[in-house]
Amino acid sequence: MPATAKTSTVVRNALDRLLFRTGAPEAAPIRLGQRRIYLLPTPAGVAFALALLVMLIASINYNLSLGYGLVFLLAGTAVASIVHAFRNLLGLSVRPGRCDPVFCGDDAVFHLVLDNPRGVRRPALTLRAHGCRTAFALGAGEQGDVALACPTSRRGSFAIGRTILETTWPLGLIRAWSVFVPDLRCLVYPAPEADPPPLPSGQTGNIRGEQSSGEGDDDFAGLRAHQRGDSPRHVAWKVLARGGPMLIKQFAGHGGDDVVLAWTALPPSMDDEARLSRLAAWLLAAERSGCPYALRLPTASQPAGRGEAQLRRCLQWLALFGTAAEHPGHG
Amino acid sequence: MADALARLWGEFAAKRWRTRIRAMSPIGTLGRDQGLWLVAAATASLAPHVAQLPGWLSALCGLLLGWRALLLWQRQPPPARPVILLLAIAAGVSVWTEFGHLLGKDPGVAMLAVLLGLKLLEIRAARDIRAAVLLCFFLQLAVFFEDQSLGVAALALCGTLLSVVTLLALGDPAAGNLERLRTGVILLAHGIPFMLALFLLFPRVQGPLWGLPTDAFSARTGLSESMSPGSISDLGQSAEIALRAAFAGPLPAPAQRYWRGPVLTEFDGKSWRASRFDEASTPFYTPAGPHLDYNLTVEAHNRRWVLALDFPGANPGSLRYASDYQLRSMQPLSVRTRFDLRSYPETAVGLSETDVVLAAARRLPESFNPRSRALASRLAADATSDEAILQRVVAHLRDSRLTYTLRPPPLGRESVDDFLFETRHGFCEHFASAFTFLMRATGVPARVVTGYQGGEINPVDGNLVVRQADAHAWAEVWLASRGWTRVDPTALSAPRRIEDGLAAALPDGELLPLFLRPELSWLRHLRFRWEAVSNAWNQRVLGYNPDRQREFLSGLGLARTDWSMLAGLLSGVMLALFASLLIWTGWRRRSRDPLERSWALFSAKLARRRLARRDWEGPLDYGDRISAALPQHADGLRDIAASYARLRYGNGTSVAEARALARKISELEIS
Repeated sequence: MPATAKTSTVVRNALDRLLFRTGAPEAAPIRLGQRRIYLLPTPAGVAFALALLVMLIASINYNLSLGYGLVFLLAGTAVASIVHAFRNLLGLSVRPGRCDPVFCGDDAVFHLVLDNPRGVRRPALTLRAHGCRTAFALGAGEQGDVALACPTSRRGSFAIGRTILETTWPLGLIRAWSVFVPDLRCLVYPAPEADPPPLPSGQTGNIRGEQSSGEGDDDFAGLRAHQRGDSPRHVAWKVLARGGPMLIKQFAGHGGDDVVLAWTALPPSMDDEARLSRLAAWLLAAERSGCPYALRLPTASQPAGRGEAQLRRCLQWLALFGTAAEHPGHG
Repeated sequence: MADALARLWGEFAAKRWRTRIRAMSPIGTLGRDQGLWLVAAATASLAPHVAQLPGWLSALCGLLLGWRALLLWQRQPPPARPVILLLAIAAGVSVWTEFGHLLGKDPGVAMLAVLLGLKLLEIRAARDIRAAVLLCFFLQLAVFFEDQSLGVAALALCGTLLSVVTLLALGDPAAGNLERLRTGVILLAHGIPFMLALFLLFPRVQGPLWGLPTDAFSARTGLSESMSPGSISDLGQSAEIALRAAFAGPLPAPAQRYWRGPVLTEFDGKSWRASRFDEASTPFYTPAGPHLDYNLTVEAHNRRWVLALDFPGANPGSLRYASDYQLRSMQPLSVRTRFDLRSYPETAVGLSETDVVLAAARRLPESFNPRSRALASRLAADATSDEAILQRVVAHLRDSRLTYTLRPPPLGRESVDDFLFETRHGFCEHFASAFTFLMRATGVPARVVTGYQGGEINPVDGNLVVRQADAHAWAEVWLASRGWTRVDPTALSAPRRIEDGLAAALPDGELLPLFLRPELSWLRHLRFRWEAVSNAWNQRVLGYNPDRQREFLSGLGLARTDWSMLAGLLSGVMLALFASLLIWTGWRRRSRDPLERSWALFSAKLARRRLARRDWEGPLDYGDRISAALPQHADGLRDIAASYARLRYGNGTSVAEARALARKISELEIS
C-alpha cells in the first residue's frame, strides 16, 4: 500500500508539473490570472446535463416549444455559471502568512492571506491542501487571513505544498480551481514522549527536581543579548540605564546543576524518533523546572539557556534532526 | 513565561487524547432559508399541475409541502425514513389504482409530483436538494404537455428562478436572500442570450421520435364525426379559439367564410355520420376563379381535418384531399399547426359525381318523419327540375318563420317532424338536418357539411379568429348543372348569422354567452389585445418548427442549410456570446487616480527584475532597496520614489509635477 501511495503521489506530482506548472514554491503574491484557473463540471453538473438531455428528448418527442425554451434557458444559465465561477476566482491573490510550529500529531495551521482586489464579494471559496479543507468567503475588496488546519504525522519541516483554491459557486454545476504552491512551511516538533523518565541532572545523571528554585542565579557568568521571553528580573537594568543595549545577566548555577540533554546519554536500544520524543519531553520538563538546560545532538548542540526562545531553538533542532533542511535560524 | 509554557504543554496534552474533529463544511445541511427557497420552488412547479392532477394527489402534495415548510420554520428535523418510505409506497399504490397503470404521461406526472413532495421531506444532504431541484425542472417541463400559453411560460420562469436561487442558497449559505435573488436574476439574464441562440439555431426535428403513450393528448372540444341535435349548440357556448387565419390580401366576404370540416352523409333517423370517402394527394376538382391566400393556424383537435376555406387548391405539402372536398392532414393535429393555403371559393365541384356517392346522398331511413316526407312530396309535386325543387324547399323554410336559438327544446324520435311542425326552434344543426332531409325526401342528393362559419376580425393584429362558438352546419345539394352547391338553411331564418355572427342572429332576450355580450365591449377589446399577443406568441414561439426554422435561416441569407452548417453556426454564436461574457468578466474599473496608476506601473516594471514593491514597504524604503539592488539606476529610482512620496504625502501637490513623474516612470527603462 505505501508503495502504491508513493507511486500515485509521484505520478500526481508529475502531472501537476505538466498540467498546472507547479513545482517549487512560488514567489508571493500568487495572483490567480486566467491562465491558472481551470474549469470542469462537478458530478452534480454532469447529472444536470443528463437531466437536460432527457428533458430535451421529451420536448422533441412531444413537440414542446416551451420545453425547448426551458431546456435552453437552463443550459444557457449553466453556461453563464461557468463564467461566474471563473470570475469568482479571477484576480484573487494569495500570500503566505504565518504558521506557528506545532508538535507532531497536532494540526499545523497554515495561514494564507487572500486579497480580493475587486469590489464584489467572492462567496463560497474553499482552500484545500493535504486532504484538508476550509470554506470561507471574501468580502468586496477584503484582504482575509484564511487558516487551514492539517493534521501532522511526521516531525520536520511540513510544507503546505500543492494547494488548491476552488469554488463551485454559483450553481454547484461547475468547479473552478487553481493550483499553486505557496512558500509556507510549518515546523513540526517531535511529539514529546507521553510519560518520560525524570530529567537527568547534569553529566552525572542525578535527578534534579524542583527543589532548586534558586534558579541558578548564584554566580554571575556574563551578559548576553535580550531575547523575547526573557524574564525582566534578569535584565541588566544598569547597562540599560546607561543608554546601553538591553542585556540579560547570565548566571551559572552550581557545577553540574545545568541540565544537559544529550543524545548519547540515552540508552542505545532506543531508535532515533524515540530519542527525539524523549528529548522533546525533557526539554519541556526542563523549561518548566526553570533551570538552564543544554542540548547535545550528534549534529548540533545548543548551549545552556532558558526561556521560550531557548526552548523553541532546541525543539527546532530536534524537529530538523537528520533532515536536509537542518540549519538553525529557521522559523 | 511559565504560564505561557504551561499553556503550551496543557494544550498539547489535551489535544493528544481528543478525537480530532475537523470543521465540517456548511454545505450539506438544509438551513431554514435554503429549505424555504426549495419549498417555494416546489410550490411554483407543482401549482400549475393542480388542475390536471387528481384532487387527492394535489391535496397530498400540498400537505407534504406544508408539513416540510412547518418543520423548517420550527427548525425541526425531517421525519424518520420509514415514515417516508411508507408514504411513498402508499402514494405509489394509490397512483396505480387511480390510473390503472404507471406508464404514460398522466401517471408519470402524478408520480413526479409525489416524488417531489417526499424528496422534500427526506432531504438531508446537498445531493438530495439537487435531486429535488431537478424534479422541479421536470415538473415545470411537464406543465407544457397541457398548456403552453404565455401565463404558463411566465409561471415556469418564476419556478426556474426559484430553483436557481435554491441552488445559489445551497452553494453560498452566507449570502443574504436579496443578494441570492439578485444573483439568480443576473444568472438567468446571462442565460437568455444563449437560450435565444439555441432556440433559433438548434437543429429542429419534427417529433415524435417514437410512439407516444395513448394518453399523450387529452380530449379536446370541437367538431366530431357525427351530428345529432344539440351537438353543435353545445359548442356555441365556448369562446375557445378553433382556428386563426391571416390573409395576405383582402378578407373574404362573410358569405364565403365557410371552413369545411367533416361531411356527413349517412342518416339513421337521429344522427348524421360521415360516410366512406377517398383520399388523394391532389384535389378532386380543378381549382378555378379568384383565389385567397392565407395562413391558417388550427388549434389542436386530435382529428385530421384541416378546416380550410372552400375549396383549397393544390398544395405541395403533405396534405391529403378527400373526395368530399375536406382538406386533411396526414396525422391527427395533436398540436397547434400552421398551414399556408390558397383557396378558390368559386370553384365548381362534383360536376361528374359518382353514382355511389349520389345514391348515398339520397338514402333515407324508411320509418322516420312521415310528416316531413309528406311535406317533401307536396313541394316536389310537378316540379320540373331539381333547381325548382330546391327553390321551393328554400322558400318553404323561409316562410315557415322558424326561430334560431342557442337553446333549442329537445326533440323526440321524429326529430325533423318535431322541429318543423312542433318546436319550431332550432340551432344550425336542426336547420341543416331538416333541409337535407327534405331534399333527400324529394329525391335530390343532399348532405350535411359541418365546420365553422364566420369569424371575428381582431382589430389589433387583423387576423380572423374563429371560435368554437362559430361551429356551424350547413347543407350541400347536388345539381346536375352546378355540381355540389352550398345551401345554408340557417341563413333562411336567421340571415344575420352569416353576415354578423351568432350574437346578432339570436333573437332579443336570448341569454348570450358572456364573451358575446355587446355591453361588455371593453372586455371584448381587452380580450382582442390578449388574443393578439397570444397569437403572436403561438406563431413566433410555439409554432417555431423545422419549417419556420428554415424560413428564418433563409431570411438570414442561408438558403441551403444542413446539420453541419447549423451546428457550425450555432457553435460560432455560442462562442461569441461566451467571449462577450468573458470580456465582461475581465472588465475592471481601473484606478481613477493617475498618480496611483503611475506608481503601480513603476512597481510592475521593477517586478521584471523581481523587485516588486512589497505591500508593507513605504516609497522611500522601496527606493532605497531598489537603488541598492540596481546601483547603475540608483539616482533615477531614488528620485522617482522620493517624488512619489512628496506628491502623495507632502502638502500642495502640483499637477505638472505629477505629470512629470508619470512621464519619468513611463520612460524608465531598466536594462
